[in-house]
Amino acid sequence: MIRFILNNQTIETELPKGFTVLDFVRYRKNLKGTKIGCREGDCGACTVLVGELIDKKVKYRTQTSCLMPLANAAGKHIVTIEGINKENGELTEVQQALVDESGTQCGFCTVGFVMSLTNFCLDETPKTNEMAVSAIDGNICRCTGYKSIERAAMKLCDKSEPSAVADGLSCAIEKEIVPEYFKDINFRLKVMSEPAALNRSLQQTVPTRFVSGGTDLYVQRPEVMVHAEAESLFDNTELRFIKESDDFVELGASVVVTDLLESEVFNRLFPNLYKHLKLVSSTPIRNMATLAGNFVNASPIGDMTAWFLALNAQIELSKPPASADGRTAQTRNIALKDFYLGYKQLAKSDDEFISKIRFRKNFTNFNFEKVCKRTYLDIASVNTAISLRSEPPASAGGSSVITKAHVSAGGVAPIPLYLRKTSEFLRGREISQETIAEAHEIIQTEIAPISDVRGAENYKRLLLRQLFTAHFVELFNIKP
Amino acid sequence: MKNVDSKSHVRGESVYLDDVPLLQGTLFACVYDSPIAHGKLKSVDFGEAEKSAGVVKIITAKDLIGENQIGGILPDEPLLADEEVHFCGMPVAFVLAETEEQARAAAKLIKAEIEPLEIITDAREAQAKGELIAPPKTFKLGDSEKAFSECEHIFEGRADVNGQEHLYIETQGAYAIPTEQGGLKIYSSTQGPTAVQRAVSSVTGLPMHQIEVDVTRLGGGFGGKEDQANAWAAFCAVGTQLTKRPVKFALHRMEDMRMTGKRHPYSADYKIGLDKDLKIVAYEAVFYQNAGAACDLSIAVLERTLFHATNSYFIPNVSATAFSCRTNLPPNTAFRGFGGPQGMFVIESAIVHAAEKLNVSAAEIQQKNLLQDGDEFPYGQIAESDAITSWTQAAEKYDFEKLKTAAEEFNNQNKFIKKGVAVQPVCFGISFTKTPMNQARSLVHVYTDGSVAVSTGAVEMGQGVNTKIAQVAAKILSLPIERIKVHSTNTLRIANTSPTAASAAADLNGKATEMACDAVLQRLLPIAFEMTSDSAYRVSPSGDRSGAPKGATLGEGAPKGATLGGDAPKGATLGGDASHGISFYDGFVYRDGELTSLNWVTLVNEAYMRRVSLSEHAHYATPGIHFDWSVAKGHPFAYHVYGTAIVGVTVDCLRGIYEIDFVKCCHDFGSSMNTSVDYGQIEGGIVQGLGWMTMEEIFYDADGKLRSNALSTYKIPDIYSVPKEIDILPLETERKNLAVFNSKAVGEPPLMYGIGAYFAIREAVKAFNPEISPKFDAPFTPEKVLMNLYSGYLKAAKTG
Ligand SMILES: Cc1cc2nc3c(=O)[nH]c(=O)nc-3n(C[C@H](O)[C@H](O)[C@H](O)COP(=O)(O)OP(=O)(O)OC[C@H]3O[C@@H](n4cnc5c(N)ncnc54)[C@H](O)[C@@H]3O)c2cc1C
Ligand code: FES
Ligand code: FES
Repeated sequence: MIRFILNNQTIETELPKGFTVLDFVRYRKNLKGTKIGCREGDCGACTVLVGELIDKKVKYRTQTSCLMPLANAAGKHIVTIEGINKENGELTEVQQALVDESGTQCGFCTVGFVMSLTNFCLDETPKTNEMAVSAIDGNICRCTGYKSIERAAMKLCDKSEPSAVADGLSCAIEKEIVPEYFKDINFRLKVMSEPAALNRSLQQTVPTRFVSGGTDLYVQRPEVMVHAEAESLFDNTELRFIKESDDFVELGASVVVTDLLESEVFNRLFPNLYKHLKLVSSTPIRNMATLAGNFVNASPIGDMTAWFLALNAQIELSKPPASADGRTAQTRNIALKDFYLGYKQLAKSDDEFISKIRFRKNFTNFNFEKVCKRTYLDIASVNTAISLRSEPPASAGGSSVITKAHVSAGGVAPIPLYLRKTSEFLRGREISQETIAEAHEIIQTEIAPISDVRGAENYKRLLLRQLFTAHFVELFNIKP
Repeated sequence: MKNVDSKSHVRGESVYLDDVPLLQGTLFACVYDSPIAHGKLKSVDFGEAEKSAGVVKIITAKDLIGENQIGGILPDEPLLADEEVHFCGMPVAFVLAETEEQARAAAKLIKAEIEPLEIITDAREAQAKGELIAPPKTFKLGDSEKAFSECEHIFEGRADVNGQEHLYIETQGAYAIPTEQGGLKIYSSTQGPTAVQRAVSSVTGLPMHQIEVDVTRLGGGFGGKEDQANAWAAFCAVGTQLTKRPVKFALHRMEDMRMTGKRHPYSADYKIGLDKDLKIVAYEAVFYQNAGAACDLSIAVLERTLFHATNSYFIPNVSATAFSCRTNLPPNTAFRGFGGPQGMFVIESAIVHAAEKLNVSAAEIQQKNLLQDGDEFPYGQIAESDAITSWTQAAEKYDFEKLKTAAEEFNNQNKFIKKGVAVQPVCFGISFTKTPMNQARSLVHVYTDGSVAVSTGAVEMGQGVNTKIAQVAAKILSLPIERIKVHSTNTLRIANTSPTAASAAADLNGKATEMACDAVLQRLLPIAFEMTSDSAYRVSPSGDRSGAPKGATLGEGAPKGATLGGDAPKGATLGGDASHGISFYDGFVYRDGELTSLNWVTLVNEAYMRRVSLSEHAHYATPGIHFDWSVAKGHPFAYHVYGTAIVGVTVDCLRGIYEIDFVKCCHDFGSSMNTSVDYGQIEGGIVQGLGWMTMEEIFYDADGKLRSNALSTYKIPDIYSVPKEIDILPLETERKNLAVFNSKAVGEPPLMYGIGAYFAIREAVKAFNPEISPKFDAPFTPEKVLMNLYSGYLKAAKTG
């Protein structure tokens, strides 16, 4: 049985845990305000708020309910538009702003925008125009051309402080952006919460043995997933941490992209973190997309895979222990770059799951590049990441030597590619135009792109060349 | 005045097709569609599907009681494939099951044996093989052949422009319910309720009066639901007819994308001739329209391409010919602009081609050739042109020269970032080019509590037509807008509707509403006159008007309702003697300009007591339009909408990606009756046009399979891809027009401003790589940008 709170109602359901939250709210609870535009996480019409108890506080994030299994709702507060609407029929500040700025035409996308902007108002991000727009980066509208919505979003910033908000939720309750009953959710969740633990006994067939955020599985095989009884690793607290030691950073496998964005460690190690991670999917998807899911999905253009390949990350693989009370028994470590054997072929057995990810901090420079048809919320035509150690640490211009280098590239082979030869070549070279030019030649021998909907072969070859060049423009201002 | 639906939209309480409460016993449908683009249908194996859990019935062509035909213009479109399949996604059978999941699971178990036939996906290839939907059409003005022999400069070339997926966020769908004595009620997400009614009548064999089609609103249409909503309604109808149970079918996104047609891709050859002063003297174009496997609306779309082949320019000698070519793609269909944008892209390409060769700016040629009053369009209509005024006002207000030099200076200083600026004038004709379609009806009921219900043939899909119609009724009846309710579009209330298309719905249905309200008012006037002749009513109610019975609340909303009529007590525009000196304002009757205590509700009740009709069904037909296809001349448009946009872009020449910096336009609204609705249409139209010209790339492979078949592979603009700045300057003009309250149609024209982005990107690319003359081949995707920026590298790589 799955228990959670839907708006102001406590839910206990025997439905399959793979059933989507979207179908549940629309067709089981008749909450028709949540709309369906794609069932692929790509339009945001189905956006809901998901509140979770973290450090004794309820923290809300948006998720696309079409890709969210009921399993991942367990112990949480799911909020649809019906849970936001004022009973007296008046509009909340968010709704009023959209009306005032004519940010709704056919209205089909509108609820998704209301939910995303409501979340913006109650979370702790600075209330800047940039962040307001960022909050709706996962919502697609075909009617308005967004300008009116942008104006509405900005209205929500005007009155607030430009710094991080201490207690967004209480603030939002006070401003009636969300109803009073939100006050009790903390207590209600505490009473209901049962910390997720690895299920010891399940026997499942490949490849739906595990589900995390569901953002790949529910796109690729939605029908199967409903009844798959896959074990969700998403809320496993053992798998959601970011730890730093002297030499390493260690992450739990269920860390989602947003966790990286909000992590002090990552913001320190990766100065352009926000700019780079904004290129990965959208706010609601980043709230769901786990690192392990990205690695195991093994898509040749996985962004986080490219990222961690360039960090030469190690992953820890575990098997659920046989006995119900045993700790995670067998584990082994493997370099991420050795994880990919061929198209969607992994160096892992069916019952192994990724438990941890680890990388060394000994790089001085990191860059990530990605080009797609649409800059944001799109899958890369080609992506690439690079981490370097340069000595002396290179600032713009100065001559220094590369002592460590790892380069990855996506969209140019059947697997997410670690550019072994190129990485090797770079070690010991001076940072210069000549080095880059020589590296170009090597790269072209390492890749084998194919023509598809994301671009023709020769485009992808040219594009990787350009993006590799861009690494050096971005890091050292070396122009071709 | 905000869209009347906006409050229920933001609360998620507006009702769309998938929100209609289901009746008990409802079945769910799912289509099995052809996986092959062209072939002989040898057999279909239902064995497993029939045994699959929950399946009630599987229906194929031979089960239809009526005809297997849903073609609108030509009878060339079977509902279900019978002997042959003509495109990937062509429905072959449909499954009815107890749940949606069961229907989909069963459809997956169906297997068809199809003997492959030759697949054509390219329009030129189809034309060469004689695969035409209809004979070609030609528009001629002057004598282009002769004119070319006298031209100083002649340029010839080719332009290609791809299609566009509508991507209404609400997918297609329908819900059919059996009514007594064999009738049907159909909820449909359609722009054309009558088209649905006809298609359903055709496939069920039921007369149209047995079929009620009801549309509350659409979650977007853009032309994609003008003709292509028919099939889904027809499936549900047939299902209901054969099972006597309600049947629902709401498509999944991928089903919608692969089974429905899109904007037509075009390929064209052009020839342009100029004199030494850069006047365009002659223009010839041959258009190859990729119609897909059936006519759908292709012929009408093709005609509009010809109507707009010379855009805002006057060219004395023109010959434009267009072929509608049959290919093995889903039948392409209406899409905002309806063939016009494609025609305009070609003439703009020709002009840019000439400018490039003559080493002048394209803007110079554009500006020198703008239409003037009295110029003749190639189809015979005489222009009342605001092409020059809109150009001048845009160029002045936004300082075009400065924008251009700023871009040039920027380009001189930056190697890897380049800017481009282009101007895009637009001239778009308003009216259905098929003259008989320019008619509409409105049904107005005034109830005894004074509230007013309006029904018309217009379908609300976000464009705000219901808001405008409510405004018309409110203005004519001088009531606050809250007293007016515009109801669903329903074929029992309004028959024989034209689809909501051609930007004309507000004009046609608004005018009909104006007439209906006026008629009711005319009947009330003498009663009001008589009543106010009684001194009891001559007393002006005390300041707060509280003396008025019941309807007193009307007064409270005071100035709100009358936003349009601003001109106080003369609110009701009933001139002359017929008015008996009576006028209305905000729910009260005025006599000789003086407020009386007679209010709307009392008056309406008195009329009822006197057995005077409080309802009216009015009919409007656009006057003065005609077209003779035998000579391809006439006066097809009630009026034209003009405008000029300046578009600026920045290209990242390292990565081949770009941003749209601004679109600044001077647009001809006539006099807008609702600026928030109209500005919204402009912004939305521009962004849709930009999408078409930049990132939206329809990709069929050689087997006719759609590869850009989901939102993950077909990208429409998101919030970050829109111009950083959209600026709209209303064109100032005193001209009268045939639009409702002089407020010109606004749905389609702004889309074409987006074409400017293509040419602005092209400018920027050339600034980086002067060697290259990029092909005229839209959209300008990042891929094409990068390939053009580094054409030299690619050549070297090939030879090296
Ligand atoms: C709209 C949209 C946009 C997207 N954009 C991007 C993008 O820009 N860049 C990008 O890289 N990806 C993108 N994706 C893909 C997806 O979001 C990522 O791949 C994500 O990281 C997958 O994580 P998940 O937790 O949702 O995976 P799931 O769907 O839960 O699982 C994916 C696979 O991983 C397995 N799995 C999950 N967790 C584990 C584990 N701990 N151990 C072993 N196996 C496991 C599952 O069994 C499954 O096979 C996008 C997806 C959507 C829907
Ligand atoms: S329905 Fe489109 S994101 Fe969920
Ligand atoms: S208002 Fe129609 S999709 Fe946004």
